[in-house]
Amino acid sequence: MTTYIPPETVTPPATEERVKRERVARDYVNPYLAGILLGLVLFAAFFVTGSGLGASGGLNRILVFFEDLIAPGHVDRTPYLIAMAGGDRNPLDSWIVFLTVGTLFGGFASGWIHNRVRVETNRGPRVPIRLRWVMAFIGGALMGFGARFARGCTSGQALSGGAVLSVGSWAFMFAVFGGAYGLAYWLRKFWN
Amino acid sequence: MAPFPLPLTQLLGQWGAYAIFLLIGFSFGFVLEMAGFGNSRKLAAQFYFKDMTVLKVMFGAIIVAMVLIFTTSALGLLDYNLLWVNPTYLWPGIIGGLIMGFGFIIGGFCPGTSLVGAATLKLDAIAFALGVIFGIFLFGETVDNFSLFWNSSYLGRFTLPEWLGLPTGVVVLLVVMMALFMFWGAEQLERRVGQKDPSEAPRWRYAAAGAILLAAIGLVLIGQPTTADRWASIAPEKQALLDERAVQIHPGELLDLLADNAIKVVMLDVRDEVDYNLFHILDARHVPLEELPTIIDELHFEPANTVFVLMSNDEAGATEGWKILEAESVPNVYLLEGGINNWIALFGDDDLTKNFNAGAGEDQLCYIFDTAMGDRYAAAEPNPEAHKLEYVSKVKLELKRGPTSGGCG
Repeated sequence: MTTYIPPETVTPPATEERVKRERVARDYVNPYLAGILLGLVLFAAFFVTGSGLGASGGLNRILVFFEDLIAPGHVDRTPYLIAMAGGDRNPLDSWIVFLTVGTLFGGFASGWIHNRVRVETNRGPRVPIRLRWVMAFIGGALMGFGARFARGCTSGQALSGGAVLSVGSWAFMFAVFGGAYGLAYWLRKFWN
Repeated sequence: MAPFPLPLTQLLGQWGAYAIFLLIGFSFGFVLEMAGFGNSRKLAAQFYFKDMTVLKVMFGAIIVAMVLIFTTSALGLLDYNLLWVNPTYLWPGIIGGLIMGFGFIIGGFCPGTSLVGAATLKLDAIAFALGVIFGIFLFGETVDNFSLFWNSSYLGRFTLPEWLGLPTGVVVLLVVMMALFMFWGAEQLERRVGQKDPSEAPRWRYAAAGAILLAAIGLVLIGQPTTADRWASIAPEKQALLDERAVQIHPGELLDLLADNAIKVVMLDVRDEVDYNLFHILDARHVPLEELPTIIDELHFEPANTVFVLMSNDEAGATEGWKILEAESVPNVYLLEGGINNWIALFGDDDLTKNFNAGAGEDQLCYIFDTAMGDRYAAAEPNPEAHKLEYVSKVKLELKRGPTSGGCG
């Protein structure tokens, strides 16, 4: 089910108006406006800090933090993990972790203001909830693996690298769209 | 010198810098949620041509940020050299991108959007985010088996203007035009497949498209600052360093730096090939002055504890090279006092120094060599223990500005 409700349906009786308005999810902003705002945030990030945005790097470090708690010896023997958490290095001591935590807060704040914070599962009309969860997990695992493989996710590679004209980031971006469109046909019943 | 990006950690301390990143992350999450990216159905609709929000937001953000970045760079406010440009690993990037594309349509999110979905309690987003963490874990555990491929097709900091051989402004204009064309195509698809009424879209979008197109055309006309422009903007401040002889380091200091395990020394020998072949310091890299601008990106990738030392026969060539590297914001650049001539005078044995040519001319090698033995002389790698020289130490390691890794580091 979708949270989208056209504005004309929000015409409750005057007495209940306040109660209803609190429950009704607001409309999403116009995509072009959202694009401009996101572009301003991306520019501000580059202008002030010299680096763009990202998401998977923060999740990576949070994961490695727990790995290091559970199996420090293993972390110290795996080259890929040493760089983040070898010896007494703290994987959370990185700017990208703060960016990721900020993203969570920001998402929640906007959701709260626009009445979109609610427990629900968005899925195609013919898909059972459990199947949707399993598919989300599988898709997430592919995304996580692919994001590390490509050294960045949609935010860190495509968006940030795209804006500063990195060749690799543009190749990556077209590969993401290509992969998704290539598989979309076989999943059309899943989403529609 | 372009004042931005800011040296955040130096200005605000570590926690101050982290607070800035928290704020940027907050704005990022807020805008993603506003756009509807916490909703997997809205994201997936992109791939059935019904709702092209993903494309509009993404390319809209890219062209707005890109035009602002290169405009501020053209105005001398922002130093493009100090921005993190994702290094290109072509094939791993493409394969990783394909895997992510599959994950996108199967799972309905990407890592960033799943965070805002999870923050607004969408259960599918939470499952997705857990999947992302599992996928990252799997990668960390298996990458050693394919690290050869993962590190292949490395092209360094490689940008579209370099690849296409076009000025930056022209590439920016082409990207803007491509994006606007895609927006037009997206609206056609939404009208036909998604049955959306195009008259509902706001009229201001034409004004916005016109404005960004004009700005991009402006960038073509202004152009990006050249090395000479960049030097001109910092010349008053930096020329003083040259005049005070604050950056000409004594050969003894170079020798001690080379022996210091905490410092990486990159020696750049800017003389012509003949002189370089006759004699050069061991491990000095031969880079003629005219090739120096082509290796700037490479020098920026050196670790933070790197000291660059330029050298010519005397100082004239090295000074020119120093100006180029300073103008291109390479940190910790010095030049060898008195050049190679002074080095040979200090460290050369009698055999090497006996054929002195007093009339060699300015910045010319003033020792005559019978054979071109390059670095196979004792003086090419003097023993630091045997030469305890008195000198005034001038090298001060300056921290790099800007992060050394990108958004997913």
